[in-house]
Amino acid sequence: MKYSRLIFANLFRKKIRLVLTVGSFAIALFLFTFLAVVRGAFSRNTELAGADRLVVINRVGLINTMPLAYGDRIRQIKGVKYVTHNNWFGGVYQDEKNFFPQFVIDPANQLKVMTELHVPDDQWKNFLADRQGAVVGRNLAKRFKWKVGDRIPLQNALYGSTKTWEFNLDGIYTNDKEGGDESQFWLQWDYFYENIPDVIKGQAGWWVLKLDSPDDAVRVGKAIDDGFANSSYETKTETESAFQAGFAKQLGNIQLLITAIGSVVFFTLLLVTGNTMAISIRERTSELAVLKAIGYSDRFVLFFVLAESLVIALIGGLLGLGLAFLAIPVVGANLNGMLPPLLLSATALGLGVLLAVFVGVASGLLPGIGAMRLRVVDALRRV
Amino acid sequence: MIRVDGRGDSTSLIKVRGLNKTYSRGGEQIQVLQGLNLDVDRGDFVAFMGPSGSGKTTLLNLLGGLDVPSAGSITVDGDEITHMSASKLTQWRARHVGFIFQMYNLIPVLTAFQNVELPLLLTKLSKSDRRKHVETALGVVGLSDRMNHYPRQLSGGQEQRVTIARAIVSDPTFLLCDEPTGDLDRKSADEIMALIDELVGKYNKTILMVTHDPQVAARAHTTLHLNKGVLVEAKALQEGVLAGGAA
Repeated sequence: MKYSRLIFANLFRKKIRLVLTVGSFAIALFLFTFLAVVRGAFSRNTELAGADRLVVINRVGLINTMPLAYGDRIRQIKGVKYVTHNNWFGGVYQDEKNFFPQFVIDPANQLKVMTELHVPDDQWKNFLADRQGAVVGRNLAKRFKWKVGDRIPLQNALYGSTKTWEFNLDGIYTNDKEGGDESQFWLQWDYFYENIPDVIKGQAGWWVLKLDSPDDAVRVGKAIDDGFANSSYETKTETESAFQAGFAKQLGNIQLLITAIGSVVFFTLLLVTGNTMAISIRERTSELAVLKAIGYSDRFVLFFVLAESLVIALIGGLLGLGLAFLAIPVVGANLNGMLPPLLLSATALGLGVLLAVFVGVASGLLPGIGAMRLRVVDALRRV
Repeated sequence: MIRVDGRGDSTSLIKVRGLNKTYSRGGEQIQVLQGLNLDVDRGDFVAFMGPSGSGKTTLLNLLGGLDVPSAGSITVDGDEITHMSASKLTQWRARHVGFIFQMYNLIPVLTAFQNVELPLLLTKLSKSDRRKHVETALGVVGLSDRMNHYPRQLSGGQEQRVTIARAIVSDPTFLLCDEPTGDLDRKSADEIMALIDELVGKYNKTILMVTHDPQVAARAHTTLHLNKGVLVEAKALQEGVLAGGAA
């Protein structure tokens, strides 16, 4: 394009300013994209939750348990296909920083309910036959470089005195769903049961049920909660996605926080770029007047200003997205399972490019309109 | 033939009739031009002189379509420009007017070649044709060997030559020069005026120039003085002054 030389020559007029503006744009867009990815990670479990699954917890709270016998009554409700129960284990592997979720599972029903999770048949058979067996998600195994056959010690202080529980890694599970969780540690119910104090035996943390049809969710949920109403252990039954959303909310309103920070970043970016463009245009008032004098139309002048701000935005934006593309996997790997996997999707990248274009145009618009309205006679008089 | 009595014939290249320009400043109306008439033929070289604030630059801006008059008309080569819309006026300027400013007003981040090429980017000329035109214009002003220099690498006189090359590259109908030597030393000013003489003599360009410098004005075919908002020929002004003195 014959005007590109003029656009780029003007861009590189103040190199330090260009570098600083592009740099701030890149950092801001990286931050914005990173926040979008974190926000996505928090909501992913909700999005990936099975529509035909319900979760039953103690109405008082998730850390309160319920009698194991509830399982049989739940199983008898019409529309319930499979029921499995889980308990929180809460062990520590080598160091407290090495956090990962550990669940005591009901081996007979776990995979019937969690149908998106798969363990190779031979590994599952070994697990079923091994009281001290454990199955872990693929990401968790990768994180600690575990392989089938490894012996894994976990320290636990939740059930009686602090002691080390030894596990044999019998299998590694995978998740069908892209971005689905693969970071859990499962241990056998029987091994857990025989090693906990008698006073807490016979209690389950929560149930997960698979329904015949998602259409039964409301009816079954009501039947369960009504059935245990006015008992010592009232229940709260909700869909898996509602449960996941509620779980995320326990950390505070993360979504709102992230959206608020993202908005602040966005407006700061708009102001920084807009200010840079305004200063840049003010410095060139007489040059713009000359362009107009020799025949460049008002629209051309607006086009030049917008093109400049758009180029700054696109260079900064692409740098920021490139940084996000490189950094997010590294950051994700170092979060030690504190967050669900951080996935930089094509949608997030596309949104980043759109944001860059929007900020580029918006920040150039006001200075551009000012330049467009500039009267040649007035501008030349200022020289 | 340059006339200021409003009796020029229809062959005049530039015909100004009853031109008025009034500014409003702080609620006060200041009438800068009052019923000004002017006829300029093709190939004429006219200098406008007058004290600061007399309206020389205002007249130049009106003739160049950079400003609009309060009343009166300006016709250039048969086109009445006073009633043109802003966008039409912009297109008209690109085709018909070459501007030479006192402060050169080159784009500092573009080379001499790129500065001169600017008006041609608005045309449909091919890249190679543009190059030919720019090289010719820079050749006319004697800067063929400086075409890849940036303005900061040129002297004031050379910068003004680049401005002249930019003004003539699209072969406009006439050139408007606002104090073209005002920022130059005498030697450079003489060189620029020799170049302007050449544009008139050799290339038959029509030039209207504002200057404060009598030596520079002396090079023009006619010098007109702006006096109380109207143009007066230097000779007539002198006679008036003498007559006033005798009285």
